[in-house]
Amino acid sequence: MFPFSFEWVWDMGHYVFLGGMWYAIGIISLGLTYCIGKTILDMVSGKGGGHGDHH
Amino acid sequence: MDSALIPKGVKRCSFPQFSIGILIVGAVLLWGVYAMLLCWFKGLNQTGMNDSYGFALWIWADLAVIALGGGAFFTGLLRYIIGKDELKNIINFAVVIGFICYSSALLILGIDVGQPIRSWFIFWHVNVHSMLAEVAFCLSIYFSVLAIEFVPLILEQKQIDEIPFFHNLAHNMHEIMAVFAATGAFLSCFHQGSLGGVAGVLFGRPFAFREHLLVWPWTFFLFTWSAAAYGPCFTILLTKIMEGITGKKLVKDNVIDLLAKISGWMIASYMVAKLVDTWYWATVTAPSKGLTFMDFYSDGSGLYTIWIIIAELFIGGIVPAIILTNKSWRANKALLLIAIILAAVGVCLNRWVMVLQVMAHPVLPFEGWFAYMPSWQEVATTILPVAYGIILASLAYRYLPVFPQERELNPVED
Amino acid sequence: MKENHSNDKANKFGMVIDLDKCTGCGACMVACMSENNVPFKKDESKKLDSITWMHLYRLTNKKPFPDTEVCYLPRPCMHCEGAHGHPPCVSVCPATATDYDKKTGIVSQIYTRCFGCRYCMGACPYHARYFNWWDPVWPEGMENYLSPNVSPRMRGVVEKCSLCFHRYQLAMDKAYHEGRKELEEHEYQSSCTQACPAGAITFGDLNNPHHQVHKMVKPSKHGGKPTATNAFRLLERLGTNPKIYYLSSKEWVRRLGDNYLPEEKTGEIGNHQPKGHH
Repeated sequence: MFPFSFEWVWDMGHYVFLGGMWYAIGIISLGLTYCIGKTILDMVSGKGGGHGDHH
Repeated sequence: MDSALIPKGVKRCSFPQFSIGILIVGAVLLWGVYAMLLCWFKGLNQTGMNDSYGFALWIWADLAVIALGGGAFFTGLLRYIIGKDELKNIINFAVVIGFICYSSALLILGIDVGQPIRSWFIFWHVNVHSMLAEVAFCLSIYFSVLAIEFVPLILEQKQIDEIPFFHNLAHNMHEIMAVFAATGAFLSCFHQGSLGGVAGVLFGRPFAFREHLLVWPWTFFLFTWSAAAYGPCFTILLTKIMEGITGKKLVKDNVIDLLAKISGWMIASYMVAKLVDTWYWATVTAPSKGLTFMDFYSDGSGLYTIWIIIAELFIGGIVPAIILTNKSWRANKALLLIAIILAAVGVCLNRWVMVLQVMAHPVLPFEGWFAYMPSWQEVATTILPVAYGIILASLAYRYLPVFPQERELNPVED
Repeated sequence: MKENHSNDKANKFGMVIDLDKCTGCGACMVACMSENNVPFKKDESKKLDSITWMHLYRLTNKKPFPDTEVCYLPRPCMHCEGAHGHPPCVSVCPATATDYDKKTGIVSQIYTRCFGCRYCMGACPYHARYFNWWDPVWPEGMENYLSPNVSPRMRGVVEKCSLCFHRYQLAMDKAYHEGRKELEEHEYQSSCTQACPAGAITFGDLNNPHHQVHKMVKPSKHGGKPTATNAFRLLERLGTNPKIYYLSSKEWVRRLGDNYLPEEKTGEIGNHQPKGHH
């Protein structure tokens, strides 16, 4: 999972597999950070927002 | 008693009635938990598995719930990426079902391994060439996506929604839900596929082995395809069961019809691919290993005989495909119900043979078919997620706005 | 799985088992269990969850008396090489708990790494892998007789024949001490080989033309298919590329070594090359 585990090899299999994994984790974390960050900013700036269609 | 928690404008059964229902299912849940603890503390000698049957009921249950839970990613894909807007009326429920199915799968996997405390080795010491590693990674990350998709629904609960922060958070999460749904679809394609790959790569097991495209065997693509095809049928089936229990119409017919139509065409196209795969396997792959098609269906006990492939491909595949692709037939409530039940059974049967028949079929010419009978502990731990699912779905339905059309379809006089 | 790329002098340890000599006495099984601290149950009547690294099969030609013939077939782990060091079981392990050692050709199992998913067991067509359904319990006092060179396994992990790898390590230690890097044929022998009273098992380096095993089966350079008469490997056509070879003068025994379509002749399965599925 990390380059410091002893079975790690710098090869295509590891690039593709773990690249895909970190890519997915990255998108999810960025998305979550954006949601929480924007909500905090909205609250601080006093915007009510969000009465639209939620579904 | 709990009326303050119930969504506005909808009617729910009385709290005592609800509690009794939950208690009954809760007893079954406890039975499952007891069996689970037995497996954890006493070890897997509590099961009916043996050295020839290392994969059995649990792995089947895993594969089956993930295939059935495939409705979540595929409906999400259709709703958020392809833009089938009507599906917003069923996506919440699809997400709840997906969440239940995937959490169940993870729980079952946690019981199934011999050293559960070492489960993290699969991440830490990952072998990137293993299909099971791909399953574990995509499954756990996708489960977090499902949780993220579930969160806004929880935040819309009447009391929580009154808190401005959560109200805004739910709104903001909805705004970028397409990003999560796309990531979910990406992950689902890989873990559904790699679950198929688990069997397809076994070149020592001619019943399971399939030819490869790049690093993936055909079963990889067939599993992804079948989960996308059959998953929505299970979503419709549970919606119908929910409607039956509550005695209310919860989703409009046009929504169900759209999902059923897409599912029907997906099953039809999957069946073409599956039949080609089966034909190639029976006439080229298996004979190259010295086995005829009928060698795989010669189980003396009668379980793994030709009927099982007929049941899977014809009754659980072609029949629902024909019904669901025909507009007037799927509009018929009884036929629709038959089709979605057959479809759910069909995909479960496919997962069954790809796990258990693989183990049962003797590869060494001097061995016979292997038999396996699950112990009560295995059965109880397999029923455990069902009980858990019923409880979670009931709680979600009672307290959360799962079905957006419920209010319109069942007006309540205040 | 860091690979050793200087494989020019790699060994390929394997066995040749002469089924004409095997009497089915089971001494190899007993020797193996005792050498490798293999646990056993109080009640061994349920064989499907018994651990037998070396397993003895009883084969018959299924003909009625007086034409009935019986042959015993000892089956250790085949230590498959697959295509380019990819046995059926190694590439499937999600946690890198089993490995193909290109230096010795031995398929290893790391007991403390295995978390018991049993995928490798499902992948192995020979049933050579065993799961520890129970914690190992030895009769009182027997702990004193366990081999100190082999670690006992805990409940919930998979184990299998290691070709007595600890004996290889001991022999290599001795060789290094004496300033050698190569082993003599007799220095590394598995316990089953030495226990067999009929001399049915021969052990050695299949890559070394001076070793008996090489002379007996004359493995082809590509894919290891035996070229000697009467030699065969189990399930050769699956592409598992095993390092355990069998000899039998009886055609019906050799035919039971693989799956054949009715019209196919024994041993004639084309120039099948092991496939690289991983």
